[in-house]
Amino acid sequence: MMKSIPRKKPFKTPAVRLYFHYISIQIRCMMQYKKSFILTTLGQFLASFNAFVGIYFMFRRFHSIAGYTYSDVLLCFSLISMEFSLAECAARGFDRFSHLVRQGTFDRIMTRPRNEILQVLGNNFELTRLGRTVQAIIIFFYGISQADIDWSFMKVITVVITILCGAAVFSGIFLINAALCFFTLEGLEVVNIFTDGARQYGEYPIDVYGKRMVKFCTFIIPYALVQLYPVKYLTGRSDSLLYALIPLAALLFLLPCYALWRYGVRKYKSSGS
Amino acid sequence: MIVMKNIRKTYRVARRNAGFGEAVKSFFHRDYETVTALDNVSFAIQDGETVGYIGPNGAGKSTTIKILSGILTPDSGECLVDGRTPWKNRIEHVAKIGVVFGQRSQLWWDVPVADSFELLKDIYSIPPETYRRNKDELTELLDLGEILKTPARQLSLGQRMRCELAASLLHSPDILFLDEPTIGLDAVSKIAVREFIVKLNQERKTTVILTTHDMQDIEAITKRIILIGKGRILLDGGVSDISGNGNIDHTVAELYRSYEI
Amino acid sequence: MQGYSDVNKLKKYVSFFRLRFVMGLQYRTAAFAGIATQFAWGFMEITVFHAFNNTDPAAFPMGFGQLASYVWMQQAFLALFMTWFMENEIFDSIMDGNICYELCRPIDIYDMWFARSVANRSSRALLRCVPILLVAFLLPEPYGMMLPKDFNAFGCFLISTMLAMTVTISMCMLVYMLSFFTVSPQGLRLIFSMTAEILQGIVIPIPFFPPRVRQILELLPFASMENVPLRIYSGHISGGEAAKAMLLQIFWILVLIAIGKLICRRAMKKVTVQGG
Repeated sequence: MMKSIPRKKPFKTPAVRLYFHYISIQIRCMMQYKKSFILTTLGQFLASFNAFVGIYFMFRRFHSIAGYTYSDVLLCFSLISMEFSLAECAARGFDRFSHLVRQGTFDRIMTRPRNEILQVLGNNFELTRLGRTVQAIIIFFYGISQADIDWSFMKVITVVITILCGAAVFSGIFLINAALCFFTLEGLEVVNIFTDGARQYGEYPIDVYGKRMVKFCTFIIPYALVQLYPVKYLTGRSDSLLYALIPLAALLFLLPCYALWRYGVRKYKSSGS
Repeated sequence: MIVMKNIRKTYRVARRNAGFGEAVKSFFHRDYETVTALDNVSFAIQDGETVGYIGPNGAGKSTTIKILSGILTPDSGECLVDGRTPWKNRIEHVAKIGVVFGQRSQLWWDVPVADSFELLKDIYSIPPETYRRNKDELTELLDLGEILKTPARQLSLGQRMRCELAASLLHSPDILFLDEPTIGLDAVSKIAVREFIVKLNQERKTTVILTTHDMQDIEAITKRIILIGKGRILLDGGVSDISGNGNIDHTVAELYRSYEI
Repeated sequence: MQGYSDVNKLKKYVSFFRLRFVMGLQYRTAAFAGIATQFAWGFMEITVFHAFNNTDPAAFPMGFGQLASYVWMQQAFLALFMTWFMENEIFDSIMDGNICYELCRPIDIYDMWFARSVANRSSRALLRCVPILLVAFLLPEPYGMMLPKDFNAFGCFLISTMLAMTVTISMCMLVYMLSFFTVSPQGLRLIFSMTAEILQGIVIPIPFFPPRVRQILELLPFASMENVPLRIYSGHISGGEAAKAMLLQIFWILVLIAIGKLICRRAMKKVTVQGG
């Protein structure tokens, strides 16, 4: 039945296949600089290790923070690290977007018959960021071995969707950062608060920072949806299924991010800078 | 066929005078100045034509190329390229054109050129047969044989430009835009590039639009010249009409002077 | 002649400082954004420590006001002490071989880069510290910043800040110099600044480490960076202890510069023999 319908549109390479083709090229490029690759991955690993050392020594001194134990915090820390590092691997292109615009790479992207976002992502996949992911996975298992979590099928689901949706939230921020490049090349440092800042301070459950912060991270930038609420469910502080599935709601955040990006591209097309 | 009709494009540029006081003032209130990049530009180019698009720096050459290749949207005017409005349906449009920016590379720096070609095959969704045929043909015409196995960063400028040309033609575009394709090349490479473009136009009937500062490119490749200055088309005619029998460099310099551009 | 060339060097330094300062002034939006970012950072930092303090005040190794001052001073003078704040231009010139042009100039490359770093860091810190400190003093408890204990402490703070910046720069000089011998200056730089970050007391201030670890850390050159001036300012160390810490700073400056110059000579030999 399907085959009998005449294909109007000409053949188009599937986006996923193209994306993996981009990644394979990026990896081949990186392998030209093996030593550099190893050193940078190691550096990324250390960066995340430092944060862990900080938490470790703080808890040797204080034992708990605002009712959360060491293993609770490790759980938060590893979730945020994994979310962030996956987003960084994939969406690194947005983080360096001002370079792409200045070097004229974005003009080149516009002369190619594929979606702009796909091309930006494909052009800038960054494997070295996996150093942080590896670290996050180790700490995740260390953290849950320290805590007594009653694992259930639902909790495994929660962990998986939390990480994926969290990576989506961080990618959304990266996308906003890139979209802002269309309007100004100055002052973008502020966005760091929501990327590096969120990564760094997201190692503690968000309610440590007070009620207002929780509200902000629930309704404006949904970090709480991929950290605080699922962690409450995972650690048994709440049995609510809402908390288990709430990370999915964070995906809504991508809509305004994407809208801003479209608006930015339109502006780029009319001003050319 | 390419038709541009009364195309107008302006940019808004923030203006600020020097001095600390002015700096503070501009923080609260900015004056904008409107710069007209293209002012009522109209021309038509037939299929299979070769056109040299010349003019001094800042005349509006690259703005025109950007509009034709769908990167920029003009303020007003009409533009049709084979019946398509470039900026309205970017993806459909750019699938059928090729663009070479002489100053920038579209090849991936650290992998063999052939790998870049493979990726372009997926980007442009080129059917395998077409891809093979085009690649073989371009490899022969541009003498790329061994070069394809080399990473782009190790190529000389001339070798790289030949690869850039091939990369822009793998998907058999109907129109090829060349933005200063011979800039910085040595004499041998320049001649190779020119000969290739002429051949391409003759055999494939590809429409070629070329911007350059090198008048010998114009003489060797194009039959028609469009001269733009301060955003306006000043002259549109055959190369032989303009140069006569004299030296084309002198003639063009004379033209620039007479139009005060 | 010696005197003349010293004056010349100073002139070069001053003009470089002015250039950077004016450049910093021009990018006002960027400067405001930077300051806003640093405020956010300071706030979050202090909030975390506040939460720990509420959990167990007895375990807190310094007064909370001291901690707040430490954090704000750290933000205000970020440019002086951060090891990741190095110049890409220098790395690039090493990588692409443009260093040859620099070698043509009649000036020692170590001294030149050193002066450049001083100009770079001090001009940036000067631009940023004023608004941050101004607001930090006006903030309410527990976020607010304290005045220094007395004039003496303030004087010591100023001197040890200079020393700390010098230690930081001599460390960074080592990285620049070692870059001549590696294929990946950026990897080297990343690993170096990550090591410094934890040992320097940026992740958590050194007093928060367990006593044993802390004793070792305090002897390392990394502790001679921000750790000393910020703790002198907040009054966490004073008198003989402060004097000892400052002497250690001077010791590390001498050692680091000596090593740096040694590697520099090796690097120059390598460049002139291999042509970059």
